[in-house]
Amino acid sequence: MSLTRVQVLHIAELAKLKLNDAEVDRMTQQLSAILDHAARLQELNTDAIPPTASVVPLHNVMRDDVIAPSFTRAEALANAPDQDERGEFFRVRAILKGGQ
Amino acid sequence: MEYEPVIGLEVHAQLLTQSKMFCACSADYAGAPPNTHLCPTCLGMPGALPVINQRAVEFTILTARAFNCEIPEFAKFDRKNYHYPDLMKGYQISQFDLPLSRNGFILIDDAGTIKKIGIRRVHLEEDTAKLFHDGNASRVDVNRSGVPLMEIVSEPEMHSVEEARLYSLKLRQILRYLGVCSGDMEKGAMRFEANISLRARGTTELSATRVEIKNLNSLRAMVHATEFEIARQTKILNAGGTVEQETMGWDEARNSTFTQRSKEEAHDYRYFPEPDLPRLEVSRAWVAEIEARLPELPDAKYDRLMRELGLSSYDAGVITAERDVAEYYDRAVDAGKARGVEAKTIANWVSGELFRLMKERNVEIGAVKIAPAQIPDLIALVNAGTISNNIAKNVFEEMFATGDDAKKIVQAKGLGQISNRAALVAIIEKIIADNPTQVAGYRAGKTALAQWFVGQVMKATRGQANPALVNELVADKLKSL
Repeated sequence: MSLTRVQVLHIAELAKLKLNDAEVDRMTQQLSAILDHAARLQELNTDAIPPTASVVPLHNVMRDDVIAPSFTRAEALANAPDQDERGEFFRVRAILKGGQ
Repeated sequence: MEYEPVIGLEVHAQLLTQSKMFCACSADYAGAPPNTHLCPTCLGMPGALPVINQRAVEFTILTARAFNCEIPEFAKFDRKNYHYPDLMKGYQISQFDLPLSRNGFILIDDAGTIKKIGIRRVHLEEDTAKLFHDGNASRVDVNRSGVPLMEIVSEPEMHSVEEARLYSLKLRQILRYLGVCSGDMEKGAMRFEANISLRARGTTELSATRVEIKNLNSLRAMVHATEFEIARQTKILNAGGTVEQETMGWDEARNSTFTQRSKEEAHDYRYFPEPDLPRLEVSRAWVAEIEARLPELPDAKYDRLMRELGLSSYDAGVITAERDVAEYYDRAVDAGKARGVEAKTIANWVSGELFRLMKERNVEIGAVKIAPAQIPDLIALVNAGTISNNIAKNVFEEMFATGDDAKKIVQAKGLGQISNRAALVAIIEKIIADNPTQVAGYRAGKTALAQWFVGQVMKATRGQANPALVNELVADKLKSL
């Protein structure tokens, strides 16, 4: 199973990574190798095994709907790369309204 | 050609839990100063682990049952991956292929025609942070990040803007009955996404391409955007064109949709099971326990008020619009039974005077000072002839202002109706003696003047005379002149 360059570029875009040509070649090879390895698992006969979404032997781990103290704002903003002048908000580069 | 719209809606409803979906921060972000309800989990810090809020799960199951949905025995959460500054972790925890519920429906009443609208699924996810765009920077308030969000997905079974509107209102009404969502659209507690396509009227195939409109933050925006989009697609099809599959945004200020994402850059969310959250096993006993908390729902209440209590469709509709009002009315009716006061008469007072005063004075039902049982007490005074219906309205206003009993107000203000024949006859005789001109007019054939005499009697008694008795006595007196 081999990935195409187009697929790799698409994955890079989704991951917000900028790759140069050499990196695209390398990633195409490496990701293909990973997929090939995973593909071997597909050969196993799993007819007798129920589908599962998790390997953790737990279920219904829930908490009561109770509020506990949160960070102070100063703590929350302490590691932010940028904040507004009043120290109230995280600040990020402009985003086009509705864009994604 | 004539086209028929095919509309499907996704409604996001914020749940009224105390804490967030996956952490113990307060979910009440609306009035909170920015960035004060945050912890490592809702900030998406590495190593923080989410834990499911049990009440949010139960609210979702409760809602799903109110929408007649099936509740599968297994559910899980999944990661929906995308990058946007309102999403702290780079993914949203949502539900993909095993949601908490599926295959339900609600009924809408479109001008007397009852229509069933399918609900494909109700699932649970988390809200995102809030962005404020100002020029070359955007400010981020993360308080809303992680607030429990229930997504209600309809089947594409609405065929007019009106049906979409009625469906949305019905959802809102039920959510408010259940107490799971405030339904407050101004605060963003209910938000919409609409899928719209057109097809030739009379055909039943779904169009291969549909347009999705995101970010509809109110019912009004949903209605306007849907109207706009139907007109836009109709124009394209009439000109012989084809409608592109795309995702659009809604510009409220310009009242038009705009392209957000075309087909080529369609969603690629790479959903996968959320490894940090163990699966949910939803036992039938748990479902039964949650179901037992279902209140009488609006449709059932409406039917009961019409069928058992004989209310008009209008009265049943306005009284059941809000659960608190409906329950207030039910309590008044219960109290009325012992006093022989009819449910219909109580309905008239509630939908008439009570609603008028609540609206005029901007009072919510929860803050109304009149206790439900005080309404039949007032009506009983009218029925007994102690006060007239008009006086009763004044008494009701006084009750609304003070919360005092009708009886107490009537006594304190001396409002008891004058039903004393001799007293009324004396007043009538005096008025006749004082007004020879009118008497002459009446005798000359202007019989309508009888009402003028009645009016004078009411005036002389400051409205306290029993009107039926005054009518009778005035008629007798004038005839015997």
